[in-house]
Amino acid sequence: MKRHQNLLLLVAVVLLTALPLCQVQRPEAGADGKPIEIFTGADDKAMALIGQIAPSYQPWFEPLMEPASGEVASLLFALQAALGAGFIGYYLGVSVTREKMRREAGKRQEADAGDRAC
Amino acid sequence: MHIMEGFLPIEHAVGWTLASAPFVIYGLRAVRQRVHEQPEQRMLLGVAAAFAFVLSALKLPSVTGSCSHPTGTGLGAILFGPVIMAPIGAVVLLFQALLLAHGGLTTLGANLFSMAIVGPFAAAAVFRLARGLKCSFAVSVFLAASLADLLTYVTTSLQLAWAFPDPVGGFAASFVKFAGIFAITQIPLAISEGLLTVVIFNALARFNPRELQDMKVIGSSEVRA
Repeated sequence: MKRHQNLLLLVAVVLLTALPLCQVQRPEAGADGKPIEIFTGADDKAMALIGQIAPSYQPWFEPLMEPASGEVASLLFALQAALGAGFIGYYLGVSVTREKMRREAGKRQEADAGDRAC
Repeated sequence: MHIMEGFLPIEHAVGWTLASAPFVIYGLRAVRQRVHEQPEQRMLLGVAAAFAFVLSALKLPSVTGSCSHPTGTGLGAILFGPVIMAPIGAVVLLFQALLLAHGGLTTLGANLFSMAIVGPFAAAAVFRLARGLKCSFAVSVFLAASLADLLTYVTTSLQLAWAFPDPVGGFAASFVKFAGIFAITQIPLAISEGLLTVVIFNALARFNPRELQDMKVIGSSEVRA
């Protein structure tokens, strides 16, 4: 049942992520003929909004290092996710094996106790 | 929820840094003490950090037509208490600020406050409240993780509205605008984060029931044989 529940939950997450992709329509190109980008980062939209609210505001500090391109940035994001997922996978793998060994040890003990009782 | 480098006026940047620093320092001491007293929990602490690493790297599309990412702080806050997530969040945010130009050093304090302080404290509070109201374990975890995610983004909107009040409508109008970008986008993502946190808790409860019981996260009657 538990495994079933996890499967259903994961399906729900995939649906929640995929549905916006189908449902959001790309708006018509603007006056300058450039297609409007959709699914850009909310952080960048907030940055643009700051530009609207306070047009005179100048950022007073620059990032020390910027990824050379979008590809390099996605490499680092993938690396970040891979490190995390790898560690979680390792821990769960260890836990599953330990639990199995515990259970087998428990069974063996029961069997030993049974033998002695005979 | 990452406020970009240089995009907070200097007094706000300094203020949020001063506000967040004690939490990080206290959290570091809490981590050290925990690892010293219960070294067997080290791995689980790593899992909490790893979960925040994975989730904050996933930029998911949302119904508003923009992308944002979950925070992954609910798991650690429920397992270890909220303070411990402050240093963990600092590691994640520093990684992104230094290598990815995502967020920044001048905005680290503000970003820490929303993601690694408000989020985890909300998660811990909601979890206790839901458990107190006799909600099931899964429902409590879901509510805690998704509300923590959402409140993180509401906090970011408040921080930006405070720094950049609307010339006409002031703070409130500005907050509505920023929340329109952050909080609305975040609703489906917060639900996803809640569901994913339940998934990982299910796995932990199945394979590590003793640890969770020792940490008083689940009661003895909830352990499946």
